Amino acid sequence: MIKCSFIEIELFKKKITKSMKPHSALLESRDISKSFGSFIANDKINFNILEGEIHGLLGENGAGKSTFVKMVYGLLEPTMGALFWNGNPIKIRGPQEARNFGIGMVFQHFSLFPTLTVIENIELALSDTQALPELRKTIIEKSQEFGISVDPDTYIRDLSVGEQQRVEILRCLLQNPKLLIMDEPTSVLTPQESEQLFVILNKLAATGCSVLFISHKLKEVKEITQRATILRRGRVVDTVTSSEVSTEQLAKMMVGSDPQHVKPKIGTKSNDILVQISGLCRPADTPFSTPLLDINLDVKAGEIVGIAGIAGNGQSELMEALTGEWRSRDSIKVLDVLGVDIRDYSPHKRRQMGIGFLPEERNGHSAVMGMTLTENTLLTNHNNPEVQKHSIIQNDNLEKLTSNIIHDYDVRTPLQNPLASSLSGGNLQKFVVGREIIKKPSVFFVAQPTWGVDIGATKFIRNALIDLANEGCGIIVISQDLEELFELADSISVLFRGKLSERKPVKELNSQKIGLLMGGEDGASLAKEHS
Amino acid sequence: MFYLTLRKETPLIFKVSVPIASILLTILFGIFIFSVLGYDSGKALYHFFISPLSRIDRIADLFVKACPLMIVGTGLVLCFRANIWNIGAEGQLIMGAVFAGGLALSFPNTNSVWLLPAMAVLSFIGGGLWAFLPAILKVRLRTNEILVSLMLTYVASLFLDWLVRGPWRSPTSFGFPLTNYYPDAGLISKINFPGIGTIGQLHWGVFIAILVCLLCWFMMQKTVFGFQVKLVGDSHKAFRYSGFSESKTTMMLFIISGGLAGLAGMIEVSANIGQLQPNISFGYGFTAIIVAFLARLNPAAVILAGLLIALIEMGGDSAQIALAIPKVVTGVFKGILLFLLLAGETLTKYQINVKPRQRSVPND
Repeated sequence: MIKCSFIEIELFKKKITKSMKPHSALLESRDISKSFGSFIANDKINFNILEGEIHGLLGENGAGKSTFVKMVYGLLEPTMGALFWNGNPIKIRGPQEARNFGIGMVFQHFSLFPTLTVIENIELALSDTQALPELRKTIIEKSQEFGISVDPDTYIRDLSVGEQQRVEILRCLLQNPKLLIMDEPTSVLTPQESEQLFVILNKLAATGCSVLFISHKLKEVKEITQRATILRRGRVVDTVTSSEVSTEQLAKMMVGSDPQHVKPKIGTKSNDILVQISGLCRPADTPFSTPLLDINLDVKAGEIVGIAGIAGNGQSELMEALTGEWRSRDSIKVLDVLGVDIRDYSPHKRRQMGIGFLPEERNGHSAVMGMTLTENTLLTNHNNPEVQKHSIIQNDNLEKLTSNIIHDYDVRTPLQNPLASSLSGGNLQKFVVGREIIKKPSVFFVAQPTWGVDIGATKFIRNALIDLANEGCGIIVISQDLEELFELADSISVLFRGKLSERKPVKELNSQKIGLLMGGEDGASLAKEHS
Repeated sequence: MFYLTLRKETPLIFKVSVPIASILLTILFGIFIFSVLGYDSGKALYHFFISPLSRIDRIADLFVKACPLMIVGTGLVLCFRANIWNIGAEGQLIMGAVFAGGLALSFPNTNSVWLLPAMAVLSFIGGGLWAFLPAILKVRLRTNEILVSLMLTYVASLFLDWLVRGPWRSPTSFGFPLTNYYPDAGLISKINFPGIGTIGQLHWGVFIAILVCLLCWFMMQKTVFGFQVKLVGDSHKAFRYSGFSESKTTMMLFIISGGLAGLAGMIEVSANIGQLQPNISFGYGFTAIIVAFLARLNPAAVILAGLLIALIEMGGDSAQIALAIPKVVTGVFKGILLFLLLAGETLTKYQINVKPRQRSVPND
């Protein structure tokens, strides 16, 4: 079946290439930039989408893909630059206006009401009301035209994720879009569902509708798109013709060249095993979470273990298991830290043992935006006898600790004791990293330590982590940033669909090899998927 | 479309002018409705605002009226800060009064000084127990605490009704649903100021109420528990990361706010009534919800908010009595006053923007 659809796709591609008119840019982005405070999410984005073209937008998480399409769909306003629609400059002030231009968008997370039927959901989204029988006719016509098989009267709750996505697409198609934006459409699909999606998208392109296909999966981008624009750190690396580049080349453009070390690690690993994990399994809580499958890992003193992988492959689930925000005695065989079985330990108890941890999300997880920095210090220090005596907060000591963190970790604050929300992402991240490291943990689990952080702060944080390891701390770094892992880690393994790949020393790896593993494209897993 | 955004900084001119504007508007509106309905608006406003403050004993009575509102309100502030919705303070207040009353009625002849403290403790337990039920149901079975706590109010109210009509009815009450009077040791006395004597109905319960508010304020500001309360209200994820237990915190807060409501019930009966009867609360448990929000969920501000609500209540009563203004009219005026007050407060914190805002559509 898969083979068959591959052939179909090839056929469509040929058709499209033939029918493509040269130089008829439907949408052109000229110098589009977007910054949030001091963080530049998009820096002078230049590329165009041709009529009837499937155009890929490729980049790692945080590369600025979502920011860009949100501007095209009117959800964000560009700080600079302009969009051109059929050669005319346009301003899109909201999704409704975007739809009026003929821009449709299917989001990564769907916005369907589970308790309503397909037809009711579609009716709700239409700007002008149609009689239901008429609408039903249009839906059936459209779905036949594009081979989208959906029964208009089924309830959304009874549909699979792939089918729900088709309803979303159908809903866009009823507005006769000229450009359909698909935000990471395959991130929730099985390989078979993805193939079906590609057939639909190709049919759509054949009718002259352009598709902007956003993804970080190299194989897909190469398979489905005619051209692809690669973003890295908010900048366009290049726009390439997809058939002329290899996935390795794409990977290299996406993650950047092999980086330099921040600071050499001098500490030698001892043979003391600080962390021992074996047989850690975690069932999926929701359709969008990833089950963890038999995770095995150990960390020695002074060692940094990197865990690579694209978001949504089980990183947050694994982090919660390490911090104790999720815990289970039955699903984990061994979780020993410093020789203690901590399977039942709450985050609080783990912290008392000298384990430090820092989740990825700053906003409302590792920091509370509406609270001051001293209160944010208290967040993970409320058991520190210096900070509280008989549960009464010792403000002087708390403030001293806070200003030590601010000073030692070079946090630039606008005021004496500002709200966390008034700090830039990089400064707040330096603060929370400092807050954990200043406690000199003997084991440290950290996810995305430099997520959305400017380059200066990034280097600072990485140096701090290396210093910590040099002092004998065992560290697990979960990160999607390969550059980061190459700078920090002694060895790396890749998390893909809840499974941890075999761990390899950094010397035996390069970004291309890992990039392929991150996209699930190693020989072994490919063979498994197709079997 | 209008929408509000948080002001980064409130200009001083706004801080001063907005409250003045809302007071002026209230007065203008008062003049309007009272004169349209044919009352002397000057006199009506006098009875609303000036009369309750015109004599020292009336001011003292204001505090007496505010006493249960302060105690219940400060407990609710703790819950609401944590995004926990205890709406059943009225029932917890009644149960506190019942527990304390049970003790007082069991020792009709005692003159022990320990009776009152024991009643206070028991009332806290009674109210706390009544709040524990919705809490444990929420934590264990994920029931909605708003519904359960509200419905338990009616159970408590009917339970008290049954007690005073049935087993606890006084043999000397001529069939009225009343219990015996508490022994004197179970009553809260008026404050006797040296050289002045008593002032109005001012009793020691008022002192306790203010103390409770200040203690809760201290707890919120200075203790780890207070931090915990703020944190769970702000972010569940950060709360769990911090290592606190969400269900324990929920239970604690319910028990504390229920216990305080119970204490308020005991004080109300021991200071003002002296015996149990079917109606011991004039909706204090519900009015305290307004008090909590009027105080912007700050326990110290509850003292002022309680006094303000008491002023409006007493002013309304006074206007009704003096000018025969119907209760509904004073009710409307009270509503307008609160509305303008809160609107003014909102406008000092937020600014109105008139730029068209994208309506959220299902596709977003």
